[in-house]
Order: sequence, then C-alpha cells, then structure tokens
Amino acid sequence: MDDLYRELIIDRYKNPHFRGSLEPHDISFEDDNPLCGDHIRIDLRINGDERVSEVAFDGHGCAISQATADLLAESILGKTLDEVKQINKQDILDMLGIELGPVRLKCALLSLKVLKAGVYGLGEATDELVEN
Amino acid sequence: MNREVHPGIPLIYLDSTATTQKPIQVIQAMNDYYHSYNSNVHRGVHTLAEEATAAFEAARQRVADFINAASSREVIFTRNTTESINLIALTWGRTFLQEDDLVILTEMEHHSNLVPWQILAVEKGLRLEFIPVTVDGLLDLETYRKLLEQMPRLVSFAHMSNVLGTINPAKEIIQLAHQAGAVTVVDGAQSVPHFPVDVQDLETDFLAFSGHKICGPTGIGVLYGKADILNAMPPFLGGGEMIKRVMLRSFIPNELPHKFEAGTPAIAESIGLHTALDYVDQVGMDKIAAHEREIISYALERLEEVPGIRVLGPQAQYKGAVASFTFDGVHPHDVAQVLDRSGIAVRAGHHCAMPLHEKFNIPATTRASFYLYNTLSEVDRLIDGLYNVKQYFG
Repeated sequence: MDDLYRELIIDRYKNPHFRGSLEPHDISFEDDNPLCGDHIRIDLRINGDERVSEVAFDGHGCAISQATADLLAESILGKTLDEVKQINKQDILDMLGIELGPVRLKCALLSLKVLKAGVYGLGEATDELVEN
Repeated sequence: MNREVHPGIPLIYLDSTATTQKPIQVIQAMNDYYHSYNSNVHRGVHTLAEEATAAFEAARQRVADFINAASSREVIFTRNTTESINLIALTWGRTFLQEDDLVILTEMEHHSNLVPWQILAVEKGLRLEFIPVTVDGLLDLETYRKLLEQMPRLVSFAHMSNVLGTINPAKEIIQLAHQAGAVTVVDGAQSVPHFPVDVQDLETDFLAFSGHKICGPTGIGVLYGKADILNAMPPFLGGGEMIKRVMLRSFIPNELPHKFEAGTPAIAESIGLHTALDYVDQVGMDKIAAHEREIISYALERLEEVPGIRVLGPQAQYKGAVASFTFDGVHPHDVAQVLDRSGIAVRAGHHCAMPLHEKFNIPATTRASFYLYNTLSEVDRLIDGLYNVKQYFG
C-alpha cells in the first residue's frame, strides 16, 4: 500500500498544482480510460520557439491517474514539443517511482496518451502512443 | 492420456484434425488459474484481477509472437476458427461488400469457410465463385487466375484441407489476390498447428485458427487481422469491454483488440493456449512438420497395400498428416466402429466438407489424422486394424 500510494502521489492527488483550464490555448485534448471511466483533458500554450509555456489539466479518476497528470504537467513546462513527443512509459513509471500491474498501468498512462495525441494533432488517442 | 478405452488395449488416437490431445502442462496451467488467481480481467484493481489481466494479455502476446504478427493488437481472441471467419463476414463483409461483389472460395473448404459467406451472399447479393479441386486433390490455379480477372473483393481459402490434407500454396494465392485488389482470409485451422505459419511472410490480411487443434483447450480461437483493416471495421458483438464510452443511446467503441471482444473472455483457455504454444514451440514447429511428413509418407505407403482402400488427395509431398480413404464394400462408420474395438480412434463422415465429398462422388470417408504424439508403429496398428475390418466384412 505504501508503495502504491507514495506520499507524493497522495499529495498531488489532493493538492494538484496544475488543475484548471487554459482559455485560449494552442493545444487541447481529452480522453477516457474505458476500463474505469477516468477522464483527462490537457490544455497547452506554446510559445514562439515551440516550447510549452503553460499547461493545465482537468478530469476525474483515481489518485494514480490524476496525480500522474499533475506530475506530467509539471515535467513538461518549458520542454519543446519534440521533447514532449519523446516521453515514454518508462518516464512515467520513473516519475511515479512505483511498480504497476497492467490494469493500473492504464490509469497511469492516460494523461501521457492524451498529451501525446494532442501534441501530435491526432484525431484520437491510442494505446500505441504510450507503448514504448 | 493413457486411457484404455477397451480394457487391455492401449488407445491410438488418430483424430487430431478434429481436436488434439492436451499436454498435462496445459491442463495444469488452467487449473492453476482457477486455483490461484481466478478473477475477471481488466477494470479490477485487486491483485487477482491484475494477475489474471497480465496472464490474459501475455497469452495474446504469445499468440502474436507465434504467428509473427507485427503487434499483439492484431490478435483478437474468439471462440474458434468458425467464429473468427463469421466475425470477418459480419463486420468487414457486411460493411465493405456490396451487391454483385465477387467472393472467391475453394471447393475444398470446411463448412466454416463456406456457410458464413453463403449467409452474407444472400443478405447482400454477392457472387460466390470457387477454385476447383483437381482429381489429384490440388487447387486448379489456372482457373483461379481466370477468376481473378473478374476483380474479386475477397479470397478466402483453407491453408490445409482437413479432408484431403492438401497444403495449398498460400503465399502465391495471396499475392495473386492482392494484385487483383482483393482482401485475403487464410483458414489456418489445419496449418497453424502443423507447420510454421508467419503472417508477415504470407502478407495475408486475415488468418483464423483454433486453440484446441494445437494442444490447447476448446473455447478459444484466434483472429489475426492487419491493424489498418481491423481499425476500419465496425465492432462485432456489443457489450462490456468492447466500448470506450457508453451513453444511453450510443457508444464509442474501444481500441484494438478489445473492440472485437465483448463480454468476459475465455481467460483460463487463453492461459491454456499460451502453455500449448510454449509446448509445441519447445518441441519445434519444424520438427513437428518433419515428423508428420515421415508419418504420412509411411501411412500412405502402407494404406496402398490394403486391397480395396483408396486414399483421397495428393501425394505425400503436397499434403499434411491426414489420410481420408474409402474402403470398397465397407461404410466408413463400420470401418471406424471396428477400428474402435482395437482401440483406434478415427473419424468417419463428411468431415464438415460435404461439397468436396460430392465432388468426388462419395458420401463419406474414414479419416486417420496424425500429430506430434503419433508414431510409425501406430500406423502399423492401423493397418492391422484395417485388415481386421476386411476380414470382418469381407
């Protein structure tokens, strides 16, 4: 239990730093986790040199999906869009510092899936985006 | 299985084309699941659900590796080959085929690759044409080439005949079909268990096979499809698991492969199939194929000795380990019945290929089929049994 719900995850779930929305925004994307109904939307503002200048997320779901979204938002501030595209499954697991089974992994990867679908300008978010 | 069906007489199982025997490992793997981590897959968060989900998805990856699919997303779990082919007909076929479109099948198809297309043909007004079978039991590829000039939309065929044993030149058939702009379906029910099948090498659009014919359990089958095509298809059955989001009046389908897997899947069976694939791979698919070549060559040679027996299908070099035969003056049911008394299990009937039997003008045949666990001495026992039949009815 302590492993799965590290203090960091509980803290960011209860007190997220990046919850909200950006109007106007340059990129916005949202999607669900069909397994449990988690929902995440991520808004981005991009500055002149293709870097993330502002980010906000909103949604509902378990502590892992929401805390991951908040941590992910923090981690991409100031990154270029190309750098954002490089973020992978392992980066998320490293960020969380916990082991996850296949069911909870979907919760943890939802925000990355949403973020990448938005940055790539795709019509829909697919598992393929976060497989590696 | 060491059972003596009749006391004192060891069983000789020559009916693997219908279904194979199951290694103890396969039965144990399914038992382990029910004993130790029985749970539904996906959605659940508890440990058992995580373990069951991991095992179910590992089985999918194992299947993908076994047939060399580009991704496990291209592997859909179904009940069996029949359901896989029906899935294609009722989703891809119903969506993309129109009146007067041509579907090419062959005269040697199992009913499972005939009836789904017949049903769809009635519904949509499709034309069905058939690649003829020559007297030698091979596909008449000259006629196939001519049929292709009519621009078929689909070519669906058995990789290996369950009656004649003919191994069809799948790669050539697929290449020609693609050149004509058609989508291809390979019925791999008899090929995948018996020799290496590589979907990327074949370049087929779809491949269907059953778990229970490759040392796995009944109730689980596979539909392989290229991701692009699967993505373009509508879902098959509706329900849980196949959705991304459900409103009261509409739904958004889930991603591959879950889009085609409504409801609780065959979890224990997927685990059994995983173990079965490990088992045959450990033996080696090349070795299994070589072993079967040796057995069928020997069986054909010995069957020829028995007066009154005529084996259907091509010479040993063109066929897998299936020998369907007629016996002058003795009905196949009687042949099978007498052989059963000697502990030999063979199948008698039309083997779900009535049109093929009609073509050869015979109502039924006796079929002996072999797998990795059969031996040359079992062939000898079969021949002894057939002489016994002859004595009985002769």
